[in-house]
Amino acid sequence: MLKLLTKLKTMRSREAMYLYLFIAPGLLGMILFHLAPMVASLGLSFTEYEITSPPEFVGFKNYHRMLFVDELVGKSLSVTAIYAVVGVPIRLFLQLFLAMLLNRKIAGIRLFRAILYFPSVVAGVAIALGWILLLNPTYGAVNHILWELFGIIGPRWLNSTQWVIPGLLLMSLWGIGPGIVINLAGLQGISPELYEAAEIDGAGGTRKFLHITLPMMSPILMFNLVMGIVSNFQIFTQAYVMTSGGPANSSLFFVLYLYRNAFEFFKMGYASALAWLLFAIILILTLAVFRSSPLWVYYEAKRERN
Amino acid sequence: MGIGSAEYIADRQDELRLVRRRRRARTILIYAALIILSIIALLPVMWMVAISLTPLNKVFQYPPRLIPDPLSFTGYHEAVTLFPFFRYFLNTSFMTAARVIGTVFSASLVAYGFARYDGPWKEVLFVFILTPIFLPEQVTLIPLFVGYTRLGWIDTYNPLVLPAFFGGSAVYIFLLRQFFMTIPTDLDDAARIDGASEFAIYWRIILPLAKPALATVAIFTFMASWNDFLGPLIYLTSKEKLPLSVGLSRFLGESGTTLWNSLMAAAILTVLPPILLFVFAQKYIMQGIAITGGGAKG
Repeated sequence: MLKLLTKLKTMRSREAMYLYLFIAPGLLGMILFHLAPMVASLGLSFTEYEITSPPEFVGFKNYHRMLFVDELVGKSLSVTAIYAVVGVPIRLFLQLFLAMLLNRKIAGIRLFRAILYFPSVVAGVAIALGWILLLNPTYGAVNHILWELFGIIGPRWLNSTQWVIPGLLLMSLWGIGPGIVINLAGLQGISPELYEAAEIDGAGGTRKFLHITLPMMSPILMFNLVMGIVSNFQIFTQAYVMTSGGPANSSLFFVLYLYRNAFEFFKMGYASALAWLLFAIILILTLAVFRSSPLWVYYEAKRERN
Repeated sequence: MGIGSAEYIADRQDELRLVRRRRRARTILIYAALIILSIIALLPVMWMVAISLTPLNKVFQYPPRLIPDPLSFTGYHEAVTLFPFFRYFLNTSFMTAARVIGTVFSASLVAYGFARYDGPWKEVLFVFILTPIFLPEQVTLIPLFVGYTRLGWIDTYNPLVLPAFFGGSAVYIFLLRQFFMTIPTDLDDAARIDGASEFAIYWRIILPLAKPALATVAIFTFMASWNDFLGPLIYLTSKEKLPLSVGLSRFLGESGTTLWNSLMAAAILTVLPPILLFVFAQKYIMQGIAITGGGAKG
């Protein structure tokens, strides 16, 4: 008996050993590339550090400057926030709408799904460069189409302090492919019986959408809302490549400003404080969405329990 | 007017015809919408292709044309001569290949551990390893840069490639663990009885069975790495080490008057590999997004 127990024990500890052995790379990676840098980042945010000389402790100076002195922090935050507040809902709506359009069993639907996802495959710098031309006020396709189809003289887009954000928002609509696919997967998860029952009760398209589709999709909408907010606050490439934050800082996104402080002005301490502000904002917004979710997100399991 | 009366039947037939006609009209409307949306979706890339085939002096012409006249391949010629396309292509390929290999092996190793073995603190460690999913990478950017500078790793590929060998992106660990848990343990036990080592079970049994999930991870890592901009921008300084993404953005700023047709040609050549991958591996991409929620980063 005792022998068996010790054998079991060694088997258990052997199993634990394998567990730790196999997950070791991940554990090490987490500590080396995430945890340690995060702690270091917090430490650095209380220093003045320009890489060439050792960091110098300055207390809350960076935070004071960030919150009360540096006007560009407020500017970049408002640029980022406006972009998010306008862009995220538009994209959420468009993703759901397109997913509903694509959620049909008609001939060729797979091809249409592929085509509407396609623009999201060609992401990054290459496509950003293309959009500089597309948004060219005089020779670009966007203004040409506006003129030909609607007789509208298009704005100066990236050259205008007012239109640069709308221009970038317009471009972002070509990157909603993943959102469409997530919504599509969600729509396919809704049981057709729900719609059939509603039809028998005489519900029309609008009522079916409001009383079945929206509530059933609300967890996915929430997920996309969180991801949308998080990714919006991390926008960098477009601003760096297409506008350099201009004209007159009107597209100075927060991460671009952070990048400049760190890698152009070499204010590593100050940039670390900015990074922690970004982290705090993302965390607060994410928590706010999760906290508010019982008010508007419908979970099926909960209903079954009642 | 009974149910069987001629009048009633005619009425029902009319109604049916109306329903059918309405349904057909709706289908036509849906196709029309899909076709218009498809054109809108493809327009930016088609436009870029058009510019890449336009002679430079016709790039800025009014009205803009979707089919260039005359067709010119100077853009593509210059994209591979004036712009060191092949050099950058090789750099991007190396960086991407290393990250794909590193991520596929290390993420699957960690995922296998979590899927198959038990031990104290397992749950806590799992959550611990997954937390980076929710951390913005900007927070770690500066200390990592400082650390790599101390190590003398600036202007090497180490900062861009090494993290991939330590589990890569946490999302993939999660995705693979989920997949491994669906593989029955009978096979492991059978192999164990045959004297296979634990590593052999992972290597010879689990990995071959998990090919679809591994393919998804490989494809996402490829896409993210191919488009990565911020990393190379920060860590690489010499021109001959740049990947396509940073190379392209420098090409824009270099000449006073930008060679737009060559720039677009280089851009099109740059997005060609991701497009090809999408065409051939569409299934894995769509499934992967539906599982991970598209939040996959490289």
